[in-house]
Amino acid sequence: MTDDKKTRGIQSPPIAMDAKMKEIMTGYYIEAKTAADSGKQVAWITSGGPVEPLIAMDIIPVYPENHGAMIGASKMGGALCEQAEAMGYSGDLCSYARSDIASSVTNGGPIGGLPRPDMLVACNNICGTVMKWYEVLARYFDVPLFIFDTPMCHTDYHEESKRYVKQQVLEYVAFLEQVTGKKLDYDRMDHVGKLSLEGQRYWQAVLDTAASRPSPLTAFDGFYHLALIVTLRGTQVAVDYYRDLLAEMKDRVAKGIGAVPNEHYRLLWDNLPIWYRLKWLSNKFAAHDAALVADTYNTAWCRSLRYIEDGNFLDSMAEGYTRMYLNIGVDQMADTIIEMAEKYSVDGLVMHSNRSCKPYSFGQYDIQRMVRERLGIPCLLIESHMVDERSFSEAQTETRIDAFMELIRNRA
Amino acid sequence: MNELDHFLEAADQPERYGAGIKAGGTPVLGYLCSYAPEEIIHAAGVHPLRLFGTLESTLHADSHLQAYCCSLARGVLETALDGTLEFLDGAVFPHTCDTIQRLSDIWRLNTPFDFFADVVHPVRLDAGFAREYLEDTLQRFKRELEAWSGSKIDDAALARSIETFNTARKRLDDLYRMRSRDPGCISGSRVSSIVKASMILNRDELPGRLSRLLEEIESGRYRTGATDDRKRLLVAGSLCDHPDFYSMVENLGGVVVWDDLCTGSRAFDGFIDPSGDPVKAIARRYFERRPCPSKHLSNTARAEALASMAEEHGVQGIIFFLLKFCDPHAFDYPYLKEYLEAKNIPVTLIEVEDSLPPEGQLTTRLETFIYTL
Ligand code: SF4
Ligand code: SF4
Repeated sequence: MTDDKKTRGIQSPPIAMDAKMKEIMTGYYIEAKTAADSGKQVAWITSGGPVEPLIAMDIIPVYPENHGAMIGASKMGGALCEQAEAMGYSGDLCSYARSDIASSVTNGGPIGGLPRPDMLVACNNICGTVMKWYEVLARYFDVPLFIFDTPMCHTDYHEESKRYVKQQVLEYVAFLEQVTGKKLDYDRMDHVGKLSLEGQRYWQAVLDTAASRPSPLTAFDGFYHLALIVTLRGTQVAVDYYRDLLAEMKDRVAKGIGAVPNEHYRLLWDNLPIWYRLKWLSNKFAAHDAALVADTYNTAWCRSLRYIEDGNFLDSMAEGYTRMYLNIGVDQMADTIIEMAEKYSVDGLVMHSNRSCKPYSFGQYDIQRMVRERLGIPCLLIESHMVDERSFSEAQTETRIDAFMELIRNRA
Repeated sequence: MNELDHFLEAADQPERYGAGIKAGGTPVLGYLCSYAPEEIIHAAGVHPLRLFGTLESTLHADSHLQAYCCSLARGVLETALDGTLEFLDGAVFPHTCDTIQRLSDIWRLNTPFDFFADVVHPVRLDAGFAREYLEDTLQRFKRELEAWSGSKIDDAALARSIETFNTARKRLDDLYRMRSRDPGCISGSRVSSIVKASMILNRDELPGRLSRLLEEIESGRYRTGATDDRKRLLVAGSLCDHPDFYSMVENLGGVVVWDDLCTGSRAFDGFIDPSGDPVKAIARRYFERRPCPSKHLSNTARAEALASMAEEHGVQGIIFFLLKFCDPHAFDYPYLKEYLEAKNIPVTLIEVEDSLPPEGQLTTRLETFIYTL
């Protein structure tokens, strides 16, 4: 590799909205951490959970998974996971859960722990882990837990599931009314639902700009800008933010600014980010003139768009939240990946085989096979625990990335 | 042949037994967990066969499942891919953990069997409408079976199945109680093989076989010579398909008097009300039997259940026998340990990858635990 190649690829103009994101997230966490002073209640909720009713009821939603991502990005995951292991939690469990459980007890992590919850909301549309994890939290904090059970749609979304989930939507509202002692204002709920959809549409539009060549952003940029669609979905702040981000991306497209200056190869990322290695990985691929233009994680928050009806949010969210990316069969996941690979014209697939996340990772070998058969593109598998940096082997990953890129270069 | 030998033989070679049933003209459906509605399968004139997989090499399964998958899922997939289960007509996957959920997809996409069904049970056992949902789900399964087999499953057939399973479960419960009263009446490894075999043997014959077996045991012919001063233990976890483990415990001065295993008491816990709508009654049992950790009844239900089992059976210590990479059980363990120890019930953990831990290590661990009780 020439010197030139080593240095290029890591200096494209920064995304201006980065600073705004930081500002919003700081404000959000300050508000959450001072909720008690302002008389607001706090709910901890899973990333794929139905947050809109919380927003409509002025409850501050807090996401242990987003916190987990911050813990991972600040490389504090290893130490927290180790503490969880000392508490008896197996090192094979999801590292979001392990680091969150440890930080709940020790107030560890980059922001000194999350504000104490008044209630917990666990939706199992992403995994069964969240239920077990939130049971731990419910015992520890001794607060009410609502489990929103979204039956797995291996092949279909059945009538009986539909009824079951809809009954839970009503029960969920009743639960929130009971914990807060307030009634849900349905007009407000409608409004929040609209904002949620609007935010998701903008976010999807932002991700869509990556179809341009060169791509104005990478999946790694997405992992950073994703925070608001997770934490502030259903608010005007998120809508404004993604509208402005979209404008910036469109501007970059118009000016031909790529996130990777010499974008030559385009790749698709599968699974959660390896939070403590984002920069390293991003530079690594950029040094090969490769941009990770799309991924299955960032888009997971827009998937419900196709099921939720405008103006009928509360009712249609049952289906939207049940048919989430991880709550469908492996073959449907493969179809999604293949569709994306075509939409974003990618040359290869990079799969993070994530020891933390079995529902996301088991089936990857099959998906890989289907992708190879149908698209004929090379696939790479990188193994880690997404926020436990002790599990990552730099040398091995590096060799594999180099070999993979070699393969792609030879095909081109 | 003693009745016991039938059980031991079936437990030793489940696939051979299953193939024999199939050769006799009865279709066979495999399943992996105690949430499979065996009664409905049986009422369709189909033999439900629990799958235990293999603990040997898993070459085929390894190209579908990463190394961080539990040995049960991996071992069962291996037998589906390497031809061991060739005789099978299909399989039923009840929803439990994330691993089984993905195994179901991988199975559906890669195995050649004729019939396949997911039975997506509710995770919540704490809501009334979850019962309706389960009833509807079981009805769907029943329709799928009917469409496949080409004949209707009528209420009379279901009622007969319910009766068969109720009786068999009652006898297994009798066996467990007998052993709890008189732990020397039969060895632990034999009891574990008997329950295992009860998920393999012809169900129509099962109640009769169990009755005769109970008589054999009562006659004293399987006595182990164990004395009453042994430490009374309970084993908890997903499954324990390691007969040697029980012998080891007995050699070290302990004896297993009860369990909370998916291949143990959780499989026969709970009674199906024979009056009224049969599918409703089958559904109801799942809400009343002791839950597995992949289900939510309350935040403390499992701890309370374990404590009350320990009390009822005079248990002096609990051994958690957990499969490596089994998330639902691993999440519960720290709390259960804390809860039980606070009630003065000592607890130890044995984590098993595929084979048992090296003998020396395991013996030391068990010895120390049993000694301190
Ligand atoms: S990383 Fe996977 S296992 Fe962990 S909480 Fe998220 S979806 Fe669940
Ligand atoms: S419950 Fe545990 S042992 Fe059973 S299949 Fe799931 S992970 Fe494996």
